[in-house]
Amino acid sequence: MIDTLREMFSYTFLVRAVVVGLLVALCASLLGVSLVLKRYSMIGDGLSHVGFGTLAIATAMNAAPLTVSIPIVLLAAFFLLRISENSKIKGDAAIALISTSSLAIGVMVISLTTGMNTDVCNYLFGSILAMSNDDVTLSIILAVVVLGLFVLFYNKIFAVTFDETFARATGVRSGLYNMLIAFLTAITIVLGMRMMGALLISSLIIFPALTSMRLCKKFKTVTVCSAIVSTLCFFCGVVISYIKATPTGASVVLVNIAAFLLFSALRYVPWAKLKSRFLPPKETGMPDRPDSHEREVS
Amino acid sequence: MALIVCQDASFAYEGNTVVSGLNFEVNSGDYLCIVGENGSGKSTLIKGLLGLKVPSDGRILISDELKTSETGYMPQQTAAQKDFPASAYEVILSGRLGSRGIKPYYSRKDRAIAEENIRRLGIADLRNRCYRELSGGQQQRVLLARALCAVGKLLLLDEPVAGLDPVVTQELYLLIEKINKEMGVTVVMVSHDVRSAVKFADHILHLRQEQIFFGSAEDYMKSGVGAEFMGGVNEL
Repeated sequence: MIDTLREMFSYTFLVRAVVVGLLVALCASLLGVSLVLKRYSMIGDGLSHVGFGTLAIATAMNAAPLTVSIPIVLLAAFFLLRISENSKIKGDAAIALISTSSLAIGVMVISLTTGMNTDVCNYLFGSILAMSNDDVTLSIILAVVVLGLFVLFYNKIFAVTFDETFARATGVRSGLYNMLIAFLTAITIVLGMRMMGALLISSLIIFPALTSMRLCKKFKTVTVCSAIVSTLCFFCGVVISYIKATPTGASVVLVNIAAFLLFSALRYVPWAKLKSRFLPPKETGMPDRPDSHEREVS
Repeated sequence: MALIVCQDASFAYEGNTVVSGLNFEVNSGDYLCIVGENGSGKSTLIKGLLGLKVPSDGRILISDELKTSETGYMPQQTAAQKDFPASAYEVILSGRLGSRGIKPYYSRKDRAIAEENIRRLGIADLRNRCYRELSGGQQQRVLLARALCAVGKLLLLDEPVAGLDPVVTQELYLLIEKINKEMGVTVVMVSHDVRSAVKFADHILHLRQEQIFFGSAEDYMKSGVGAEFMGGVNEL
């Protein structure tokens, strides 16, 4: 195993991919908790399709993919957020509209320039070879910015996620923080898209959050747990894809599915019984352990 | 000392007037209950008092001593909150956020205030429990504790007892009364429950797309509209 890993990391492109991938997985999982709870999961999906379109255009124009994609996807994030906040237009339909339009534009641009070839496949399902050195630098800087802003605004993001009206009523500028969440998501998606693929990147956002919500009962533990789950799953996925020569994006998603099923199953383990059998009874404390909260039948 | 003065205010959604002709004032230490049927503009008025909605006509004068960051608010629960993975303590502490301004983290004082409100509402045993696993009444208490964390002089409650059983409802009313009397917090509450409103509140504002009564609770019972509405409650 160690030898395989050593061999794997002797390839610089793999090291680059893993570094960027881990950072993206981390950012995506943190933002994912908020997005899933706010019922904004579809925004992530919509943004990744917009990213596909911009990526195709950037390649056609021979421009640096990230520098073209990021501003356009940020703009899309702004509009998607506006759409879902405006109750007059049905949010999910509008998101579907935008995502399919960008998909179609992207496919059209690719077929007119390079022709329908492996490029399309790489964009849709990801390729581990996609990262250049410049990309890595930019990705690391942006990922650090995303992480920093998330940690700095953690409490505000919690408040806005849990109860926007209350947050607004007590003077928190919830519109601003919604926008922040959407922008950070947009950046994360563009960074991870070429490796994970436009169709699969949103799984990095949704899976870890849902997985940790199976077991964790506090916002903080959900956030920390999904960060750990996400990075672990990504790493395992990349190693599997290296050993078995499978597509990276799909491998990562499959590992995520496995984690989700595992956590769902763990839910049914009678923790309280196990605890009382193997551990001496304890009156108070133990706040973070899932076994200290028995389900209440109300 | 008037905290809020409403002068001929109206509220509208996209040009359709929801409620109009609002003339009332809330003084420091008052317990005002806003009653009326569904769609009579109660929740809209609360949004107006919070400054989340601008009156389409008339004015709402808010006293200088009442800062937005010091108004406690207990909104109606949303569907998304019902399965939210957060501990009660996290929810309660988030009530302090408004007073933090741009400072990102809570101070020791914020935590102390949260603890104080947890004690005050008698929910110490819930603090580490998961919000989504609490019963309806427990969730309301947690939300009330959160509102108290934000409270300075004014507490706004939007149907705090909706969907609760009679015993829990009564407990919650007693808690709110205690907050009003002992802490000296001005309370403005929206409610369907006219009987309790008359029993606990000292002022009543009755809305039906417009203001049809404003005055003390005793006058309300004597007035035609009050008697009719309280009689009508039995049929609901």
